[in-house]
Amino acid sequence: MEKVIDIQGLQKSFGNTPVLKNINLTVARGENVVVLGKSGQGKSVMIKCIVGMILPDAGSLCVLGHDIHGITRDELKELRTHIGFLFQGGALYDSMTVRENLEFPLTRVLRLKDKAEIKKLCEEVLEAVGLEDAIDKMPSELSGGMRKRMALARTLIVKPEIILYDEPTTGLDTITSKEISHLILDMQKKYQTTSIIITHDIPCAKITADRILIMNDGEYIAEGSFEELSNSDDPFIKSFFK
Amino acid sequence: MKIPSYLTSLLEESGSQAEFFLRFTRNIFKNGFEWNEFVRQCYLIGYKSIGIVVLTGFILGFVLTLQSLPTLKEFGAQNYVPSMVSISVMREIGPVIIGLICAGKVASSIGAELGSMNVTEQIDAMEVSGANPIQFLVVTRILACTLMVPILTLLADTVALAGGFFGINLSADMNAQLYFAKSFQTVVFGDFFPAFIKTFFFGFAIGFIGCYKGYHSDKGTESVGIAANTAVVTASIWIILIDAVMVQITNTFVYN
Repeated sequence: MEKVIDIQGLQKSFGNTPVLKNINLTVARGENVVVLGKSGQGKSVMIKCIVGMILPDAGSLCVLGHDIHGITRDELKELRTHIGFLFQGGALYDSMTVRENLEFPLTRVLRLKDKAEIKKLCEEVLEAVGLEDAIDKMPSELSGGMRKRMALARTLIVKPEIILYDEPTTGLDTITSKEISHLILDMQKKYQTTSIIITHDIPCAKITADRILIMNDGEYIAEGSFEELSNSDDPFIKSFFK
Repeated sequence: MKIPSYLTSLLEESGSQAEFFLRFTRNIFKNGFEWNEFVRQCYLIGYKSIGIVVLTGFILGFVLTLQSLPTLKEFGAQNYVPSMVSISVMREIGPVIIGLICAGKVASSIGAELGSMNVTEQIDAMEVSGANPIQFLVVTRILACTLMVPILTLLADTVALAGGFFGINLSADMNAQLYFAKSFQTVVFGDFFPAFIKTFFFGFAIGFIGCYKGYHSDKGTESVGIAANTAVVTASIWIILIDAVMVQITNTFVYN
């Protein structure tokens, strides 16, 4: 089993408030790990530590063989080209069209120059997420579900090895949530990515998870498959699946 | 001895601005230059400000003429109105007023735009993807401001002379050839050049402060307004300070 993410004893505090107390997590290549937990428990902080947006106070954090603590700015930049991050609100560049949003990482991160290749990649990824007709639209013209699809397309276009999803179905209706969850699963199979999915959405967890972790008070308190955890006797764990 | 909190926050802010300046300089030509975005910003900052700049410049020259004409007439010196207007506009009033107008229009819009990109995590998304948000967002805006503010000032100066011509013809009769000949009769290179140079500093200050305030705004919708507001106030103060320093330098090296 190849470890893509290896976290041991991770701690992070903001001021005097400890957010991550003792996080241990190993993610194997190709695995989909879902992290469930109440709001404000540090789930998003953890994935921001993985991508180097927040530096942890203590513990070890290895991503694709790089120790985040000892990494230089240029190495971090290079590492980030292998990691996709899907923000809760999509974080689409609202002054650019869908096409320009997709071209941005291709020309600035992968430094592609061939216009035909760029066009082909954009069309390919939009077809994969079912947004072929939206290529010349502005992000403000897209619905909530389309924005999520578009954000996923922009993340996938650089073919990252790891994708970190920060509440990918928040703010969507039940049907669109399920569509996005299935899309995440399909894309994981198609692009062979490893994923960590932060969510409160139980149907999304059921569809996407190979393994679920439950986080409370800055620590993981339970781990298992969807069936194992949903049949747990612990009233706190059970409360997530009601 | 306890250091007062206002002093520590002032030092923190200064350090943060110095660090931002270094990041700007390091990224100007790092892995190429964002020409397309630079041209787009020149269009937004320069072309889109032409209306307000032309209107301000015209009124500036017009009002200055109308205000000074009666007084100079009393001394029989009405012939000096064109040269007085051209010297005042070129040396001081044109650059400073256009600088302040651009601080209001451009610094606020950059502050609000980058602030809102910060709130909606667009800047984080660029950084996390491995792209360079400083090069794409900050370098282009600061350089576009540095280039466009002097051009807008030149435009305003020119229109101000036309405003002056219009103003003088309300109460007297002077043809355009005579008016412009008199306007440039007493103007020397030393009147125009130092004032023109300082507009580059004004432009830089407007772009830099707008970008800094927007880029470092907090993560809330209220912070977008705060970023825009503090960008205008800080950029305006910087323009006045730069003007004071530049006048001293000009007086020392040009007029002595």
